[in-house]
Amino acid sequence: MKPLAIGATMKKMGPLLGLIVLSAVLSVATPNFLTSSNLFSVLRQVTYSGLLAFGMTFVILIGGIDLSVGAILALVGIITASLIQSGMDPILASFAGVLLGALCGAANGLLVSIGRIAPFIATLATMILFRGMAQEYSQSRPITINVDGFFNEIGSGYLFGTVPTPVVLMLVVYAVLWFVLRKTRFGRYVYALGGSEEVARISGLKVKSLKLWVYTLSGLLSGMAALVVTSRLSSASPNAGVMYELDAIAAVVLGGTSLSGGRGWLFGTLVGVVLLGVLGNGLNLLNVSANYQLIIKGAVILFAVLLDRKNT
Amino acid sequence: MKFLRKASGLLIAGLILSACGQQQAENQTPAAANGDTVGLAISTQNNPFFVTLKDGAQAEADKLGLKLVVVDANDDSGKQAAGVDDLLQQNIKVLLINPTDSEAVAASVKRANEAGVPVISIDRSVQGAEVVSHVASDNVAGGKMAAEFIVSKLPSGGEMVELEGIPGSSAARERGEGFHQVMDAQQNIKIVAKQPADFDRTKGLTVMENILQSHPNVKAVFAHNDEMALGAVKALEAAQKNDVIVVGFDATDDAQAAVKAGKMAATIAQKPAEIGQIGVDTAQKVIAGETVESSIPVELELIQQ
Repeated sequence: MKPLAIGATMKKMGPLLGLIVLSAVLSVATPNFLTSSNLFSVLRQVTYSGLLAFGMTFVILIGGIDLSVGAILALVGIITASLIQSGMDPILASFAGVLLGALCGAANGLLVSIGRIAPFIATLATMILFRGMAQEYSQSRPITINVDGFFNEIGSGYLFGTVPTPVVLMLVVYAVLWFVLRKTRFGRYVYALGGSEEVARISGLKVKSLKLWVYTLSGLLSGMAALVVTSRLSSASPNAGVMYELDAIAAVVLGGTSLSGGRGWLFGTLVGVVLLGVLGNGLNLLNVSANYQLIIKGAVILFAVLLDRKNT
Repeated sequence: MKFLRKASGLLIAGLILSACGQQQAENQTPAAANGDTVGLAISTQNNPFFVTLKDGAQAEADKLGLKLVVVDANDDSGKQAAGVDDLLQQNIKVLLINPTDSEAVAASVKRANEAGVPVISIDRSVQGAEVVSHVASDNVAGGKMAAEFIVSKLPSGGEMVELEGIPGSSAARERGEGFHQVMDAQQNIKIVAKQPADFDRTKGLTVMENILQSHPNVKAVFAHNDEMALGAVKALEAAQKNDVIVVGFDATDDAQAAVKAGKMAATIAQKPAEIGQIGVDTAQKVIAGETVESSIPVELELIQQ
């Protein structure tokens, strides 16, 4: 039993090790990487993909996929911005936005559970649907708002003058979700469902409502990510979040969560998100051209997954 | 053992990365001797126009001994904000920005200004924040150029059509303005139809078909972009009117081929390389403490057979 346990720990630590090595290399290769302002800047950059990837971790753990998160982000951004523009209190508008995100997620959940549509197809369809709604509502134009006070804080503020507010938000959400996944019955059911839906059903789990809740959570987190993006840019665009779903999936996989469900952990996703962020930041600092950035990112993801395969 | 394997793999990846960095650094060191760093945040490099713009900027930076650091936003405003943040970590003296979205970029421009970095907008303007200068094609001059070309080709005058771009868009407004400055003074050329076709080829075709129904004697067409011009060419071909002068704008590959084949009379080319070059020149002036114009128009070029 013992060697197996050590092997498992090593496997879990792989992504973290990768992050440490990458950071060490970047610290040597560029003088600007290892400054607190740059490190906080990277963390702030990854907050939206982080929030999306946390939700995606739950979805992938139950053996599903959610392709609509980027489109939900665009829709929620547009609606929230237009509510604020029309004079609604920004706090209220933000709650409405997050609620809308959760509703979009619930729609995905219903299609997957009651509708029995394969998650890939259901969320592919809603991805197109939500994007279309965002474009129609905004007439394909970005909505710019004057963000100050509360709404400015979400994306651009600082806590204690140094820690960006969105980073705090991401870490708080992480802590809550970690607790839910590790310490609650809901979390155990998520793993059980991903391990085997048949077994979960026979054991008496309410599979349909469980799926509904997981997709709702993913939508809700997309809504939160939308608030961060909109606040950061003081502007919402119907074209926001294109391909963000793929960044989120990449982070989850990079973090060691199995795409076939049942195996994985939230900490890995956090590391995966930061790893992708550090990679992008580092390549920018090193002035690597955009095309090479894509080639390197793709290669790193492939490399991580190959290592993961080898070790199972 | 697994640990070793994993660690060595990651080290190799790291080495490749740092090698990339080294190579980049070597490329720049000779030219950037003691040079200041200028940041360029570009909207996308999936479009040859912006690639040429960037190359022009890079060539000028090499000439002036400046170090140019480029980030690409892939047409995503969120990514552009992150890219600007990364640039601001690198002690850049001036930020050249080619916005993905004129309004969404304002927050990033403000942050640059707060960090004491002056911003120059390139090709697309910034709304809602301060830039020291805006470098872009002189669309008004381009409109004039098109009008003068048509006048020179129609010595005996006649009826003509103007196909407008998306109403209210800056390109449509400015190109139309320059065009009318020249054309409205003409006694013998009459604009019988002025219709929006939204920069779209299919709409250019439909609108031109409709116009030909009521104005079959049209002698010339000016379209605010090449897509609409090519649509109009299709409509004219279908109506078997092969001697109509069609002038477009942008000099896309399709349009240049049409000009060569004699289907279009001319198109107006923007000069992206010059836009990039002038952007870097302006940055150099800002660094040197010189005052620069708040708007710097870049000349266009008429392309004809």
